[in-house]
Amino acid sequence: MPQVANIAVSILFDGLAYAMFLFITSVGLSVTMGLMGFVNLAHGAFAMAGGYIVVTLTRTLGIDFIPSLVIASLVVGAVSVLFERGLYRQLYKATDLEQVLLTIGLAFMAIATFTYFYGPIPKSVPLPTWLEGDVNLGFRNFPTYRAFLIVLGTVLIAVLWYAFERTNIGAKIRAAVDNRRMAESVGINVDRLFTLTFALGSGLAALGGGLAIQLLGLSPSFAVLYLVLFLIVVAVGGLGSLKGTLLAALVIGVFDTAGKYLLADAGGFFVYAVTVAVLLVKPAGFYGRE
Amino acid sequence: MAVSDSVTTANRGQTRERAAEFILKRHRMRAAEALPWLVAIAAFFIVPDRMTFGSQVLVMVMFALSLDLILGYAGIVTLGHAAFFGIGAYTVGLAAARLQWSEPISGLFAAAIAAGIVGFLTGWLLLRYRGLTLLMLTLATAIMLQETGNLRSDISGGYDGLPGLTFKPLLGIFDYDLYGHTYYLYALATLAVVFYFVRRIVYSPFGQALTGIRENVRRMHAIGSPVHWRLVTVYTIAAAIAGIAGALFTQTNAYVTLTVFDFDNSAKVMVMLILGGTGRLYGAFVGAAVYMVLEDYFSKLSPAFWQFGIGLLLVLVVLFARRGVLGLFESFGEYLAERKK
Repeated sequence: MPQVANIAVSILFDGLAYAMFLFITSVGLSVTMGLMGFVNLAHGAFAMAGGYIVVTLTRTLGIDFIPSLVIASLVVGAVSVLFERGLYRQLYKATDLEQVLLTIGLAFMAIATFTYFYGPIPKSVPLPTWLEGDVNLGFRNFPTYRAFLIVLGTVLIAVLWYAFERTNIGAKIRAAVDNRRMAESVGINVDRLFTLTFALGSGLAALGGGLAIQLLGLSPSFAVLYLVLFLIVVAVGGLGSLKGTLLAALVIGVFDTAGKYLLADAGGFFVYAVTVAVLLVKPAGFYGRE
Repeated sequence: MAVSDSVTTANRGQTRERAAEFILKRHRMRAAEALPWLVAIAAFFIVPDRMTFGSQVLVMVMFALSLDLILGYAGIVTLGHAAFFGIGAYTVGLAAARLQWSEPISGLFAAAIAAGIVGFLTGWLLLRYRGLTLLMLTLATAIMLQETGNLRSDISGGYDGLPGLTFKPLLGIFDYDLYGHTYYLYALATLAVVFYFVRRIVYSPFGQALTGIRENVRRMHAIGSPVHWRLVTVYTIAAAIAGIAGALFTQTNAYVTLTVFDFDNSAKVMVMLILGGTGRLYGAFVGAAVYMVLEDYFSKLSPAFWQFGIGLLLVLVVLFARRGVLGLFESFGEYLAERKK
């Protein structure tokens, strides 16, 4: 295969795997922000917590990687409800600034707590043997783990799409994102809906955090380092839009990967340039409501 | 309605007088306003060996003051204010390292102009957006500047920065000393000038218009206020002041690295301002001083402990003291006044 095509395929493949991680982690943030307009900068902390739970389950308790991911998502999803009920609830009507401050305070506390227990050095997880090495797709080899990410991401997208577009709860969520007051007046309990989506979104973030360990490495600074990318995906995609989040994750994932392949020194520049370009033209993102 | 109308007409002259009196009263210097300056001068004599740290505090006060103009008065929520601090810091740093332009005071002017130009351009472009979009755009601006610096590390020195800068003696007379005495007084004098300027702005009709925009944009549009240009103007001014703070930062430290553009730097200055109290000028003084002293003490003890503490502090401020430390004092004063009655 010629060199150029080879690199292009690598960029697309790695970019796709990265996009899946971004989508899984950000989609909950997008929906909760769309529902309540709540700026949650602690979302990255939920992802980081999920990652560390997976580390403990696999390393200390010897549980397999896949069950660990599921347990971590459930635990973080459940714990997030406590935060939502106890703290977030009080600030739904507050200004952007107050929400930013509260949640960044929580993120700082989470980083400090996890630094205290796990130390600042990046962690790794033992993968099952079937996820290691390369997989041959006929014309060339690809890393198995990234292929697994792409498959898992695709399955999750299908499930979420079905839940969002074809179920009763999905219809209620879409209605509440579109017009919260109207949804409430036709008898939809938006508060409970929000708690539910918040738990689901945090659980998915934890799953993303667990998946990220092998892909990006996991240290306490993860909570803030990647938060910016999640926020970019949400802003570029448009608040509360599944389609938009997916499209944004793909664009950001592929551009970021391409930047790192082609211009290692200016890796970060591409993503931000794309973000600014999109937001200047479409301030509410790809599928956001203007 | 007719009755109240006639009452208004009869009292119009009196009302005007009272309004003018009210505005003048707010504008007038109060005795208590001398307090932070006295503290700053007292610090010079009480802890003369900590003057390098003292200069850092003054720099952060100025940085927080510039943020107060746009966040506290105009209500613009930004996550990228470090961009202007960084531009100022690098203007002075690059001028000294690459152009041998190491005269400090002209450096401050150059930094203010450079940061002001970037502030004007980005403000003109970005201030038509609100909410999350504006947050992301301001954040992206700062990171793009950082990445540009990283890309041209042959000029900027990259993440290793520009170490060992030397500056000419102040006014050609006062040289840099080991304990940073000269630079402390220099930073204090600069802060005083900047503060006087900011205070004038805040109490001017322009400042009142900014508060109006913060409180109710639609109404300001309705009464014909040029909202966008007002915001761009104050954004440019705040950027220039942040640039001066950045320039002072480089001059007092004698080095600068690309970390000045960090998201952490933008977040830190916002935390300081919130801690002190927004929209009240002296919030920047209290917040920056309290934050820097606490950080100096606790981060030596344990960095993780400090980070946890600052996080907890933020949560508590948002939940219980939304107007900051100064707001707490005010509430306490009101409470005492109530009890007296």
